[in-house]
Amino acid sequence: MTKKAARVKTPDNILMALQEAQARSGPLTPEVMAGLAASLGVPSNDVYGVASFYSFLSIRPLGRNVIRVCQSLPCHLKEGQAVIDAIRKALGVGPGRTTEDSRFTFELVNCIGLCDGAPAMLINHDVHTDLTPGKIAGILQKYK
Amino acid sequence: MPQEKVVLRNCGAIDPADIKTHRAREGFKALEKARGMTPEEVISEIKTSGLRGRGGAGFPCGIKWEGARNSPGDEKYVIGNADEGEVGTFKDRYIIQNDPFSLVEGLAIAGYAVGARQGYIYLRWEYSYLLDLLRGAIDQARAAGYLDGFRIEVRQGAGAYVCGEESALMESVEGKRGEARYRPPFPTVAGLFQKPTTINNVETLMNVAPIVLKGGAWYAGMGTERSRGTKVFSVSGDVARPGVYEMVLGSPLRELVEGLAGAKDIKMIQIGGATGRIIPYDQIDAPLAFESYLGAGAITVYNRSRGVLEIVGRTMEFLAEESCGKCTPCRQGTEWLVETLDRFRRGEGAARDIGYMQVLADTMALSSLCGLGQAACSGLVDTLKYFRDDYDRGISGK
Repeated sequence: MTKKAARVKTPDNILMALQEAQARSGPLTPEVMAGLAASLGVPSNDVYGVASFYSFLSIRPLGRNVIRVCQSLPCHLKEGQAVIDAIRKALGVGPGRTTEDSRFTFELVNCIGLCDGAPAMLINHDVHTDLTPGKIAGILQKYK
Repeated sequence: MPQEKVVLRNCGAIDPADIKTHRAREGFKALEKARGMTPEEVISEIKTSGLRGRGGAGFPCGIKWEGARNSPGDEKYVIGNADEGEVGTFKDRYIIQNDPFSLVEGLAIAGYAVGARQGYIYLRWEYSYLLDLLRGAIDQARAAGYLDGFRIEVRQGAGAYVCGEESALMESVEGKRGEARYRPPFPTVAGLFQKPTTINNVETLMNVAPIVLKGGAWYAGMGTERSRGTKVFSVSGDVARPGVYEMVLGSPLRELVEGLAGAKDIKMIQIGGATGRIIPYDQIDAPLAFESYLGAGAITVYNRSRGVLEIVGRTMEFLAEESCGKCTPCRQGTEWLVETLDRFRRGEGAARDIGYMQVLADTMALSSLCGLGQAACSGLVDTLKYFRDDYDRGISGK
């Protein structure tokens, strides 16, 4: 993996290189980060520093689908907690966890700018707004 | 006062994926007109308009452009800030979804005025679903010949609230951790890659084409003396009709939250998101303007069932999480406030902590490196003033 990552052409920009690496091969393992550091000619702690700074760069393994539910006030006011509880119940795992079958990673995030459709969440890059606990099962069903 | 659509002029009226529909509504006419003027004339028109930054800080746009224009150097940059992460803000998402072309046009005019051949639009990761639409708008404008000699690149964020702050944003575009920079030097002198740079909010750039077409004096004819033109508001929370509304600056808050958004039984209103002000209902007739309350125009309404300490506490939790950690007052201050507010929420607060919170709020405002820490306590200070009873009830033994 290290050698392969080093051979892939990466942009001269740590953040972009990490974004591309994550899109290409998933979570940013120590091996991936070391490979990027070598190919960019920067210390690996610089790469780790960037990777750990941004919430959408993941140094942990993720499920095939990532659920990101907004926990900020505009969603909280619209019964966001009930939606979070419904997802926890449907998945059998709480926020910050991945289901055993790796189908879903469940995360709570800060304001995603969908407050006019609160409560809201992103699954991968898809927008889901005006959520209720009753809608959750039907939405999750579409993600395999 | 009804809505007045300057920024949102094309929203709903064009197909955001088809430049022809935008051109049918005077699209790119302002860019053509600007290129027939000198850059100094364009900047002069913006200065006359009184346009101030719509991302929250309210810095005069024309002066920012002039600063970068006059800074020595052949290589300069203009950046469109589409990293709106302020809690309760979604206007820039709405703008890009409905009229990405006017953003491209505004940035191209900025590039011409400043003397930049390269522009960036920094799009927050949370809006990845807008990437194709935005890149499509840039590609169509380029194919139509509007971007000759000017290149626009979209850069994606990766989930960091602080990157909406201009110096952190530039660090992020350079590929680094999004930590705020010490200033001076200011971006107009040494910004992106240490070159003269202007960073404007999406909404600020949306105002540029109408100002160039109709003249700065026309724009300055709207609003108050210190707040010219219109402002786009994102209204959410306890309202019947959450959404995006555009009003002339100086309009009363009441018309927006009660009239347009249909709020009832209001207890308080948070204006400007997590770093914004929190005002009680009896100030509902305040004008929406830089000289009173505005920020980036996020309006979160709370009805009488809502608890002050929960709102302030959750806001502080957000800020503590999003603090970049570079400067001590912000990193440590937000953490201590989370813990202290948590004790008040549990009814275990200490009376002396109210004084400590006030002192810490002053310290953070004076000594934090960027707007996050400087304004982190705005809502705390407001609620200590207007809703002191709620804090007193959180004191242990009361």
